[in-house]
Amino acid sequence: MSTDIIIHDKKDNVGVVVIEKITPKQDCKCWIMENDSSVNIQSADEIPLGHKIAMIDLKEGDTILKYGHDIGKVVKAIKKGQHVHVHNVKTKKW
Amino acid sequence: MEIPKSFLGYKRENGRAGTRNHVIILPVDDISNACAEAVANNIKGTIALPHSYGRLQFGADLELHFRTMIGTGSNPNVAAVIVIGIEPKWTKRIVDGIAKTGKPVEGFHIERTGDIGTVMKASKKAQEFVMWASEKQREECPISDLWISVKCGESDTTSGLASNPTVGNLMDKLEPLGVHLCFGETSELTGAEKVCATRGATKEASDKFMKTWSAYNDFILKEATDDLSESQPTAGNIAGGLTTIEEKAFGNFQKIGNCKFIDVLEPAEEPKKGKGLYFMDTSSAAAECVTLQAAAGFNIHLFPTGQGNIVGNPIEPVIKLTANPLTVKSMGEHIDCDVSKILSREMNLSEAGDELIKTTLKVANGRLTCAEALGHREFVMTKLYRSA
Repeated sequence: MSTDIIIHDKKDNVGVVVIEKITPKQDCKCWIMENDSSVNIQSADEIPLGHKIAMIDLKEGDTILKYGHDIGKVVKAIKKGQHVHVHNVKTKKW
Repeated sequence: MEIPKSFLGYKRENGRAGTRNHVIILPVDDISNACAEAVANNIKGTIALPHSYGRLQFGADLELHFRTMIGTGSNPNVAAVIVIGIEPKWTKRIVDGIAKTGKPVEGFHIERTGDIGTVMKASKKAQEFVMWASEKQREECPISDLWISVKCGESDTTSGLASNPTVGNLMDKLEPLGVHLCFGETSELTGAEKVCATRGATKEASDKFMKTWSAYNDFILKEATDDLSESQPTAGNIAGGLTTIEEKAFGNFQKIGNCKFIDVLEPAEEPKKGKGLYFMDTSSAAAECVTLQAAAGFNIHLFPTGQGNIVGNPIEPVIKLTANPLTVKSMGEHIDCDVSKILSREMNLSEAGDELIKTTLKVANGRLTCAEALGHREFVMTKLYRSA
């Protein structure tokens, strides 16, 4: 029952890497905590433990959803499977 | 798991119970630190609590100073207190505040005596106090005598996924048993503030929370020179995968489980509405927050960390937990409770909550925390503004 990526809520468009790292083109198992379901995704980037992966294609201005809630805006387009972090997402506060 | 209904604590004169039996040497002000530290060096088994403030403060900032000083001395983890200040008046105000608990407390002022004479007089009294306190035995106390504060630090995404929800699971299980609980970190709820407000047990509590959060947010927006991106999230948070303050806030907020807060406390304010969860208006800096919670009377602290915050407190034992396997591997000497198996799905949240309850009770009964064994005694006063 091990997993490579955990997603908090089924509405989320990002997941969190929970193994030491995933490598490009790795087929990853994802576990959605909220409804205890599973999905798969192929990574596009190397992504370390604790960092986020895009579950869908995202364009500039889109909202990132995690815990089912708005956690910031996309400032540079992100493809499904790519690393999501401070280089392509910013806060809507401050 | 059947939750134990009691722990072994030190019963105090005012009916509270301590998880520790400290005799503290409390300086009223920065310039009395040397004297306080000399006394603690002379008399083994006492602890000095040096800090940076206490001169020319005024208004709400001075009130907070006194509240923190008196609250720290009054904490049930403290058996007896020596207060040392430069002048008699403020020293006496703190002594009188602590004396209301009924515990032994004595004040000394340095003016007209000097450091050496003060150290001699205070050392004699400290020796008497510590030998008296050493006779105290742990006795069975109901679990409702635990006052548990929580604060997370050096968070990463594993905090929101696992270690913070583990604390939430503990809260859900211990709240019905009548414990006092406290969370804070006003600025770190930014982004989740509206959701957090819905967790007030009453409309009054919810409104008070929004008022408190808005005031802190206005202060931050007024003082910020840029977008705070150097501070919130911190470099450590970002290295751990946290991207925005909103993401950090929703992770932070997992610590309260499904509990509702019954009141909103000023910094270092003692809760007065009985058992249950309280929100305290605090900074999100670890040592400042824990110092304020200890001064409000909380006697054991739970500290989930992602990347590995190492904070401790001189009087309130700080229990660290983490779900980050790299943190367990690289800095295991700081981790009291390892819940990293949640990420590999070898452990569920309820099992992790049970592990944390077991660790909490062991520490309440006297087991040293990692931070205590490593000598972490961060005592950091919150200062609201410049002195006069």
